[in-house]
Amino acid sequence: MNSQRIHAVDVTARNLKANARLSLKDQQLRHNMRSAMDSLISKRIISMPDEDERENLRELGNKVRARALSELPDLLELLEANLIKQGIQVHWASSTDEANAIVLKIAQTRNAKQVIKGKSMVSEEMAMNEHLTEHGIEALESDMGEYIIQLDNEKPTHIIMPAIHKNAEQVGRLFEHRLALPYTNDVDSLIQSARGILREKFFHADIGISGVNFAVAETGTLLLVENEGNGRMSTTVPPVHIAVTGIEKVVANLQDTVPLLSLLTRSALGQGITTYVNMISAPRQPGELDGPEEVHLVLLDNGRSQAFADSELRQTLNCIRCGACMNHCPVYTRIGGQAYGTVYPGPIGKIISPHLLGLENTPDHPSASSLCGACGEVCPVKIPIPALLRRLREENVKSPQQAGQVMDGQGSRYSAKERLLWKGWQYFNSQPLLYKTGTFLATRLRALTPKNLGPWTQHHSAPKPAARSLHELAKAHLEKQS
Amino acid sequence: MSNLFYNAAPQETRVAPPRKPARTYPTGKPTQVYLFGTCVVDLFFPEAGMDAIHLLEREGIRVDFPQGQSCCGQPAYTSGYTEQAREVARAQLKLFANDWPVVVTSGSCAGMFREHYPDLFKDEPEMLAKVKHLAERTYELAEFLLHVCDVQLIDQGAPLQVALHTSCSARREMNTHLHARALLSQLAQVERVEHDHESECCGFGGTFSVRMPDISGAMVADKTQSLLASGAQQVVSADCGCLMNINGSFEKQNIPLLGQHLASFLWQRTQTKQEASV
Repeated sequence: MNSQRIHAVDVTARNLKANARLSLKDQQLRHNMRSAMDSLISKRIISMPDEDERENLRELGNKVRARALSELPDLLELLEANLIKQGIQVHWASSTDEANAIVLKIAQTRNAKQVIKGKSMVSEEMAMNEHLTEHGIEALESDMGEYIIQLDNEKPTHIIMPAIHKNAEQVGRLFEHRLALPYTNDVDSLIQSARGILREKFFHADIGISGVNFAVAETGTLLLVENEGNGRMSTTVPPVHIAVTGIEKVVANLQDTVPLLSLLTRSALGQGITTYVNMISAPRQPGELDGPEEVHLVLLDNGRSQAFADSELRQTLNCIRCGACMNHCPVYTRIGGQAYGTVYPGPIGKIISPHLLGLENTPDHPSASSLCGACGEVCPVKIPIPALLRRLREENVKSPQQAGQVMDGQGSRYSAKERLLWKGWQYFNSQPLLYKTGTFLATRLRALTPKNLGPWTQHHSAPKPAARSLHELAKAHLEKQS
Repeated sequence: MSNLFYNAAPQETRVAPPRKPARTYPTGKPTQVYLFGTCVVDLFFPEAGMDAIHLLEREGIRVDFPQGQSCCGQPAYTSGYTEQAREVARAQLKLFANDWPVVVTSGSCAGMFREHYPDLFKDEPEMLAKVKHLAERTYELAEFLLHVCDVQLIDQGAPLQVALHTSCSARREMNTHLHARALLSQLAQVERVEHDHESECCGFGGTFSVRMPDISGAMVADKTQSLLASGAQQVVSADCGCLMNINGSFEKQNIPLLGQHLASFLWQRTQTKQEASV
């Protein structure tokens, strides 16, 4: 069994194709991913058995998100005002550098040495752990999946299940190696061991960090769902809580979160609701026994307003981060999340990452899809992911100088030669006489069809044109009929 | 939210198909249709186009095959060359002047007419009206035979186990997998066998297969293996893009199982001795 480790190579977003080649060779990874995704796919469908109900809920989810986005600037202001009124400090960051600087400043003000984190993809986006470590602050992941990959010095492979690419044996070996625990592949024992270690850390951490699933503008509520309790511990035990979120996570009111929560947990794990649903609206109040003394919210843009500015691309921001598109993606299932080299992998990653990193840093992402449509079919808020991928391809092959630039890195795959080729293709297919001459020649010279057709013949035999084209056969037949 | 990991055994992974109402033709079964053969059929599977003509003619329908047709424009469209796709689409739009249904021998090209031409011409009101009219009267072959012709197929063949592969655009844009299934179920001696991950893409995706040959190659290898494991004696598909991909992979692996277009399969299974001798 080939166990080449993808994280041992230079996994960057620019290397998608090379990363994918390595992942594809890893038979253990292929097996783990397939069985995990199959299980998630069936859980989702079992949790939403009624097709009408599911479709109505998706429609509602789409409407709620679209409405929130249409009022995004106003809702963000309302959210800020309500949070401040309730004693939560609000910070705005246009880049991940700014967001890191804000977090670091809070930490330094508190003279913090240890940070404990609940699960947050935005903190991954910021590479917050690395930033804090560089400044002498330990940042420990407390979500079980995140903890596992942090131990193994990896990046998350999935936005909901960061360690989904590993099986119990691999985690057992990792714990044996890194934590000096006796080897076991019993999942419950593994979890209990890690919990014991983490429980201590919660009590000694100076700061707890979390993400946000939905930020409710009308009530100033930060809503956070989780299954392990680490989210609640991170947000209540340490004296300071910092929540980080993308600006798109805001919704108008609490009612709006009801369909979104239902869609999120069912689409992600097939759960009707998670074990914990945290709603945070203030720091500890006088007379209260627990809760942090300080609560901060960092609102991160990082390319989101670029997506927001274009009415089609804006739909990208509808995402509620359930991961269903990944679970159903045949490409993701085969290459795993790390091959993408981006924080958000899979179909949603392919449409959001170009906004976060620029098309110049994600040149192959829009193309790494067969546009099969499985992602769009399952998306709980009906993001037309295939249509957006196609749109990004269009932006990607435009001339970098062409006017009307809507994206950073426009034209990262621009090639004058390729454009000329498609112009030739256009001409060939728009001139019936030329087309017929071409196909006539291809059929008559079929014996000369080359055996090697580059990338195609790596995995296929070369197709050979038929002896007569349908144009010819149909013409002869229809003339005989009349 | 997170769960540790799953280590579950593979399970059946069928996603329930999206529902779309059956499309019929407003005036009942027409006497005349256009056939759009598609470029892949034209050059690599012309017999599929001819068998589609035979099936339609047997229903008493005259078929017109506009000789000016070439490609629906999909390869350029999905590669981001929207302008080039639009010009090729414009050339196709000239061909269907009469108000007849347009029958297409591929789900993805029919999907291009129906779902994506309106996007291509969204800024040209006059063309958009034409495109919408084309979209309304575009039918994928299986859909047309089933719902417009109400075809009744009489199986003339020996018992056979068949695996049906449907293209993703046929499945998700046209619902054609249901139509093709229904047609196969009319054949008394044909048993349709299911294969693993039936709803999953075969990895073709037009230029995807040459831009990302490794990923695409892994997808088609898995697809051919599950088709083989299904025990089917015959693979049938209504999409020649997928067939080129699947057959090319079968051949490369020396697996003696080749996919056939649904039109050819249906025609061969239902020919009477009289028709065969013509």
